[in-house]
Amino acid sequence: MHTYESGLKEEMQHQSELSMTINGVPKSRTVKPWVSLLDYLREYLDLTGTKKGCDHGQCGACTVICDGKRILSCLTLAVMKEGSEITTIEGIAKDGELHPLQQAFIDHDAFQCGYCTPGQICSAIGMIAEGKAKTRSEVKELMSGNLCRCGANTNIIDAIMDVQKGAGNE
Amino acid sequence: MPPMEQQKLSGRPLVGQAISRLEGYEKVTGAARYSGEFNVKDLLYGYVINSTITKGKIISIDTSKAEAIPGVITVFHHGNRPSLAWFSMQYADMDAPPGTPFRPLQNGEVKYNGQPIALLVADSFETARYAATLVKVVYTTEEFQTDLIGNMAKARAPKGGLATFLKPPPPKPFGDFEKAFEAAPFKATGKFIHGTEHHNPMELFTTTTVYNGKGKLTIYDKTQGTVNCQLYVANVFGLHFKDVRVISPYVGGAFGSGLRPQHQLFFSVMAALELKRNVRVTLDRHQMFTFGHRPPTVQFTRFGATVDGKVTALNHEAIAETSRFEDYTEVVVNWAHMLYPAQNTLFKYNLVPLDVFSPLDMRAPGGSTGLHAIESTMDELAYQLKIDPLELRLINYAERDESTDRPYSSKELRKCYLQGAEQFGWNKRSPEPRSMRNGHKLVGYGMATGIWEAMQLPARAAASITTEGKLKVNSAVTDIGTGTLTVMSQIAADEMGLPLEDVSFTYGDSKMAFAPIQGGSFTISSVGSAVKAACNALKKKILKKAKTMDNSPFKSHKIDEVVFADRKMISIANPSVFISYSDIIAANDHKVIKSVNFAMPKALKLKKYSRAAHSASFVEVEVDEELGTINVTRAVTAVAAGKIINPKTAKSQILGGMVWSISKALREETISDHRFGKYMNMNIAEYHIPVHADIHDLDVIFVEEQDDIVNELGTKGVGEIGLAAMPSAIANAIYHATGKRINQFPIHFDQLL
Repeated sequence: MHTYESGLKEEMQHQSELSMTINGVPKSRTVKPWVSLLDYLREYLDLTGTKKGCDHGQCGACTVICDGKRILSCLTLAVMKEGSEITTIEGIAKDGELHPLQQAFIDHDAFQCGYCTPGQICSAIGMIAEGKAKTRSEVKELMSGNLCRCGANTNIIDAIMDVQKGAGNE
Repeated sequence: MPPMEQQKLSGRPLVGQAISRLEGYEKVTGAARYSGEFNVKDLLYGYVINSTITKGKIISIDTSKAEAIPGVITVFHHGNRPSLAWFSMQYADMDAPPGTPFRPLQNGEVKYNGQPIALLVADSFETARYAATLVKVVYTTEEFQTDLIGNMAKARAPKGGLATFLKPPPPKPFGDFEKAFEAAPFKATGKFIHGTEHHNPMELFTTTTVYNGKGKLTIYDKTQGTVNCQLYVANVFGLHFKDVRVISPYVGGAFGSGLRPQHQLFFSVMAALELKRNVRVTLDRHQMFTFGHRPPTVQFTRFGATVDGKVTALNHEAIAETSRFEDYTEVVVNWAHMLYPAQNTLFKYNLVPLDVFSPLDMRAPGGSTGLHAIESTMDELAYQLKIDPLELRLINYAERDESTDRPYSSKELRKCYLQGAEQFGWNKRSPEPRSMRNGHKLVGYGMATGIWEAMQLPARAAASITTEGKLKVNSAVTDIGTGTLTVMSQIAADEMGLPLEDVSFTYGDSKMAFAPIQGGSFTISSVGSAVKAACNALKKKILKKAKTMDNSPFKSHKIDEVVFADRKMISIANPSVFISYSDIIAANDHKVIKSVNFAMPKALKLKKYSRAAHSASFVEVEVDEELGTINVTRAVTAVAAGKIINPKTAKSQILGGMVWSISKALREETISDHRFGKYMNMNIAEYHIPVHADIHDLDVIFVEEQDDIVNELGTKGVGEIGLAAMPSAIANAIYHATGKRINQFPIHFDQLL
């Protein structure tokens, strides 16, 4: 007999082949459709740099860059991003050389516990690429989706403004 | 590894230099692994099921639908759990208040809403989370009480117990308060209401338990005390202490929430032992509201003063919430008399047990609560007297601690007042409320005083010179983001005369030298002193070894006749006589030289003094006259906390405390619906904390303060002091801006309309 439960059981067995490029490396594996991009990265690919702070799109810790845009990986199912290019915090430094923003975070002590940091950095890189934020107050507003409970806020914005300025001078 | 050479260090000593965090590289590249990020093989995932009633009994738990889901391994609940420790005291951790600790799955009794009542284990997180929704629980419910305000009449004195030694009861009364208050020509009174707050560190509470067979476990846990959790697990599950290893390499914030072992540790370990598998249990954000919290507290103050502003009478009383099973207390009412030398005092602190989980220390516990009442009452008194609020503090400046009749080991609060006021521009304040404006915004200046006790607990550290002549130091202490790794490395490097890159400090592992829980601002003083002690002992061993060498030039040297610098031991009398650490190790048959040492507070010396860090905060707010919206536009906090080991990480601690102050005064609150005995905003969209757009110009000053008494390092700790003064300074600034005295936190715009 086909019941709701048996249908569900069947559905839960369903797996899709998923291919995406993560930090420049093509990655393929089967995954169930209910797996979020965040859990896919952390639990299936062992890319644990992307953080889970709420799983509800409230804290920004899971921010990654997807096809050039910052997105919340916890509100994204992995299967939605078939064929996408994803950059996580692990892919920001190139050949061991820190991105200027990563160095600015260290120099400005823009983190304490470090748990919101990958999200802050990915979000800031995405924001700078968006080209919308010029002033300090715009940066603060456009970074406000990324919470920091340690209270490193002023140092985080200082670090971003440093890089922002540098980018403007180029 | 982080490129150390990028830091420009200006010679010796390293202590006192603004060195960037040594784990910075790992944290900005995502390489730092937190407790839920050790992806061991064949990992099972547990999902906690919480009670949906507040008080009552579980009649039945139907797990059949859940267990029919492919991938579900089992559901643990009180009816099928393994046998656990029988005596409740075996559940008592180092931070357990007097009472009976909560025992998960002990029986079918529900003591509070959201109580963990079962654990579903599955082969994936998604399956566990989904199947947990299929578990059907039937309860009988009983009447409950969760409302502090409605149950104030039931307040009673707290029970005493072991863990209260760091939390002394209210000081004894002096003089005759009622008479003095009656006679005082100037009076200020207040009733202060604080709601529940939850720590909400960004990282979720997660434990990954690795089952090593034969009752041996390696546990990656989010905690502020690796040894504390090791003890708890060994006691509760009847394991050998040495078979339990708790590791917390990185901790994604804690703020007190990790001072006690949390539910996920219990469940992860129980499932791993029963299933003989590796198990990870994560509490989701909603479940982060199902353990300790800052308790709601109601306070009453009555202060009396003479015409020239001398405070003659101090009365401060507090009534706080606790659970039915433990008497959690805070030091709320002990501060006023430490700050202001009145002759007549009366202090009371009482508890109301309610059907909630036990409260838990949360950043500046008690201090941030009590000082709001004290400092806003002082502010009110200043307006009554028409004396500048800063002047009133100076008139009543305590040269010694009158509450215990002891001198302070050091106290540079006056410098905090003066340097803070100067930096802020306090002299630009016009005294009358509503007298300053910026367009359609009312501008207000407020200030307040902060104090936090400087404590030290016994701790150990292990130090060794490696075969390469480098220094290794370890301690079981965690680094919850405070900068422990960096400051301990600085202390050790200076002691041994080594560059920072020759020092490796390892931590966050219960196998390492004993450390107490990390909290109360006592880590630097406790573990830092142990690191110093271990290095000192190591120096003696090095000298002893050098003396045994053939034709040793050190044969007649005593320990105070040598110095340790530039990777060597050098004779003070004749600096051309020296031996490098690597040569010493060579002479020691290429074996490491090691020392493990305890550092204890010098109780006999210390009891003659009161020891405390002090601070003064100055705040500017802008309040929209029509909308009542409040903005903290700038603030200065000046801190006297003894020796500052690392001004960079210490400044971040104070900045963090200042952001928490804005949060406490204006944002965060866990809201209950007492009809259901339930928290209503158990997520961080509705539990408001400041975002970047809320935080403006914050400035920190560390004033010079030398303290030769408090401990070997002269440190007082900086974790809490940033949150001591500023909440009250914000409330006082709002009064100055609007003429409205709001004594209930958080202050919202509607209270100003």
